[in-house]
Parts: sequence; structure tokens; C-alpha cells
Amino acid sequence: MVQHDQGQIEQQIELPFVESVRISFQSLMIRFWRSIITTAGITLGIAFLVSVWTNSEIGEAMKSSGRTDQIASFEDEESTGGISIKDRWLILMSLIVCVVGIANSMLMAVTERFREIGTMKCLGALDRFVVRLFLLESGFQGLAGAIVGALIGCIGSILLNLKDFGLDVFFYFPFFPAVGDDGAVRYGVLLIILGGCVLGMILAVIGAAFPAWRAAKLPPAEAMRTEV
Amino acid sequence: MADIVVRAEEVIKEYRMGSNVVKALNGVNLEIVRGEYISLMGPSGSGKSTLFNMIGALDHPTGGSIYIDRQNMSQLSMSQIAWFRCHRVGYIFQNYNLLYVMTALENVTLPMIFAGLSVSERNDKGAELLKMVGLGDRTHHRPDELSGGQCQRVAIARALANDPTIILADEPTANLDMTTGREIINLIKELNVRQKVTVISATHDAKMLDVSDRVVNIRDGMIERIRNRDEIEIEIGKVGGH
Ligand SMILES: Nc1ncnc2c1ncn2[C@@H]1O[C@H](COP(=O)(O)OP(=O)(O)OP(=O)(O)O)[C@@H](O)[C@H]1O
Ligand SMILES: [Mg+2]
Repeated sequence: MVQHDQGQIEQQIELPFVESVRISFQSLMIRFWRSIITTAGITLGIAFLVSVWTNSEIGEAMKSSGRTDQIASFEDEESTGGISIKDRWLILMSLIVCVVGIANSMLMAVTERFREIGTMKCLGALDRFVVRLFLLESGFQGLAGAIVGALIGCIGSILLNLKDFGLDVFFYFPFFPAVGDDGAVRYGVLLIILGGCVLGMILAVIGAAFPAWRAAKLPPAEAMRTEV
Repeated sequence: MADIVVRAEEVIKEYRMGSNVVKALNGVNLEIVRGEYISLMGPSGSGKSTLFNMIGALDHPTGGSIYIDRQNMSQLSMSQIAWFRCHRVGYIFQNYNLLYVMTALENVTLPMIFAGLSVSERNDKGAELLKMVGLGDRTHHRPDELSGGQCQRVAIARALANDPTIILADEPTANLDMTTGREIINLIKELNVRQKVTVISATHDAKMLDVSDRVVNIRDGMIERIRNRDEIEIEIGKVGGH
């Protein structure tokens, strides 16, 4: 009794990395405005964090340079060395706003594409491929958004301080990490900018990878049912 | 001897919603012969789409087994299932499920990317498939620039991308008008005859009856009856006689 088989079921191949990069880049460019809005979410979060933190650094630098006379807010604070309690609180809050904002931005962007994920799986995409696609997309967005955000935050903060301290801001500008006279460690604006870029990218990638991974693991029938 | 391409054995599918359990499929047994055009009919909620998902490996049955080419689907690895979806099945959906960010050609060639074809191979084959479904002049249009019928043609071309043995169609004409629906049915039937591909189609559409080799009626997650070509012809004849 011979029944003709159509041959064995094979293992699905891995796509070359460049192909994934190409598809993710194309996907970002075609939904250009949607990508810009998601990226703007990252930019805002990082700009907020970097500006608050830069502001605090500049304040500290001005304080140790003896230029605190015009600023009332410094009067009532006993300096325990390093960043004041109020500034720490502001930085912590802006960090939380940044994390939640970026996570929300990425979650939205991935959730509205569940159907697309289900469809790609119908056509033979491996779960790994779907996750990699979103890692790449969010990595691009995270990096671009965070760089722009860090620069906006830093420049904004400098402009605000120019109003108070004039050109002294540049003269005492705390660009590099340093140890102050009181022995407190200053991160410096350079590290804050770099940190903001790295943080933005990591948050964007994690924020996208988690929902993308969940969607990729769903059976396609379920992923395609999801309506946003 | 009949060459069975799909065999469903006591397939059960339950959906759990909190403490409620919906039995969408309640012990389905079905054998589908290679090359036949089979229609699944039944009222809304009877389990057509659920059976479609089980046969196409788009979801796992709660109980029972699906065999395709005598291979038990539940024994395949994730990677083999991806390969199976990519090479063996072409899916056609009611709402087309095209990727709206991609052109017609890119939609059709996406499964070929997953199959590892080179750029020139897939562009040639994609253009050829689009020409075959009558969209030779629309290759670089995106789905939002195409009509419903044209979108469904792109979906049909995409379903054929890797020369599948089975085409699964879930209500492919439900969103189309009478004439366009008829054209789409004829196109699928043509592929069935010309390329000997097995067609399994869920439908409400009586137009499908004419082209089906067998019609499976489903009710409450069970097969109610199966009619052959000759029985269908008699019934269509009767309807026409009134
Ligand atoms: N993901 C799900 N979660 C819960 N219940 C579901 C799910 N999918 C289907 N069902 C239920 O299973 C039953 C069968 O649904 P199915 O979609 O297979 O019907 P159908 O025959 O395709 O109907 P239609 O003609 O309306 O498309 C229905 O009662 C439906 O409510
Ligand atoms: Mg249905």
C-alpha cells in the first residue's frame, strides 16, 4: 500500500541578520509618523530626566563656585555634600516618569501590531524572528529618541541657568566627572548625557521586547484575534 | 486508494473564559482527500474558524489529533510548525490580513523571505503570482490603495508563495460583493483544478456550493453531515427548480 508522502517536515531556517535589519528599518520608515510619535515619547522622558539632573549639577557647580547669592532656594538647604535632597527627589521622580513614559510608548506601539505578528507567524516567521524584529526597531528608536532627548534636556537646562547665572554657567560648567571640595562625587553633564542615551535605549528595548515576546509566543490564531 | 492529506481524529477545542468553558469543537472526525475542494458550512459560532485554525496549525487542539500527510501535528517542534506554515499551507482570511505597510509585491514575497529565497527569485515569482491573480499592474500598490477584491487577490497570491499543498480559506468572500465574491471563488477553484492544491474553505456563501467536491456541515462543534458532489447537484437543482 503505497501512499505518496509529500516529504518530511523540516526545521524552519533562520533569517540572515541583514534581512531582519532591512525589514525592521523599512517597517520604521513606512510608518514614519507613527514611529516619530513613539520616538517622541522616548525623547520626552529622557529630556525631562537629563534636564532635571543637569540642572542639579549646574546648581551644585555654581554653589561651590560661590555664585549662590541670587538663588533663594539654596538658602534653606543644609548641604550634606553632593546633591540636595530636593534635587534627588526631583531626579527620582523624573526617572520614574521617564521609565513609565517609555514603557507605555513601546507597549502601545507593539500592542497595535499583534495582528501583524500573528500574520507573520502564519507565513512562517519564527518566534525568535518576531522578537528580533522588535528589538531592532525599538533599538533604533530608543537610540535616536534618547540622543535627541538628552541634547534637548541638556541645552534646555543650560539656557535656563544662563538666565540666572549668566555666562558663569560656561565658566564653571560641570562637564566632566569630578570630586568636589566637600569630597562629594559629581557625575558631570557628559556622563549624564551618555547615561541618558544608554538608559533610553535600554528602556525602549525592554519596553518593546516584553510585549513582543508575549505576542510571539501566542498561537497565531489568538494574536490575530486581538483588536486594539 | 484515497490519498488522505488531512485527517482529524476526535478533535476537541475548549476555550476557557474564567470559570466558563466553551466547547468550540466537540469531537470532530474528518478525512480530506488530496486535491479536493471541501467547504465547511454552518451557522455563525458553529466552530468553522476553530477547525480552520486547528488544521492550519494556528492553534492547538485541547484533545484529539490532526494528521497532515500522516504526520501528527502535535509531535512537531516550534521550528517544524513554522516550516509547515511556511511551505505547506496557504492561508486566506476574511479580512485579508495583509501587512498594510507593505506593497502587494512585498506582501506576496514575505513568505518567500521566510523560505530563504533570494531577492531576484522572490521578485520574479512574486510578480508572476500577482500577474496570475490579475494584478500584474498593481505590484507596487499598498493595500490601502486597493479594493477589497484586489486585496483578496493579493492574499491568494501570497497563499501560493511557497507552492503549498493545502489552501485554507476562512470566509474569503464574506467582505466582498456578489460579483467580486464569484470571481474570487472561481480563482480559487481554478488553482484547485490547475495546480491540484487541496482547498479547505469555511463559508456561509451558497456560491461556494457549486465548486465544492464535498460540503461538510458543522453544528455546535460537531460534523452534522457530509455531502458529495452528486448530492449537492441534486439539491442545487431542486433549489433552482422552484
Ligand atoms: N478565542 C476564543 N475565546 C473564547 N471563545 C471562542 C474563541 N474563539 C472562538 N470561540 C467560541 O467558539 C465558538 C466557535 O467559534 P468559531 O469562530 O469557530 O465560529 P464560526 O463557525 O467560525 O463562526 P462565524 O461564521 O461567525 O465565523 C463560538 O461559540 C465562539 O464564541
Ligand atoms: Mg469564523
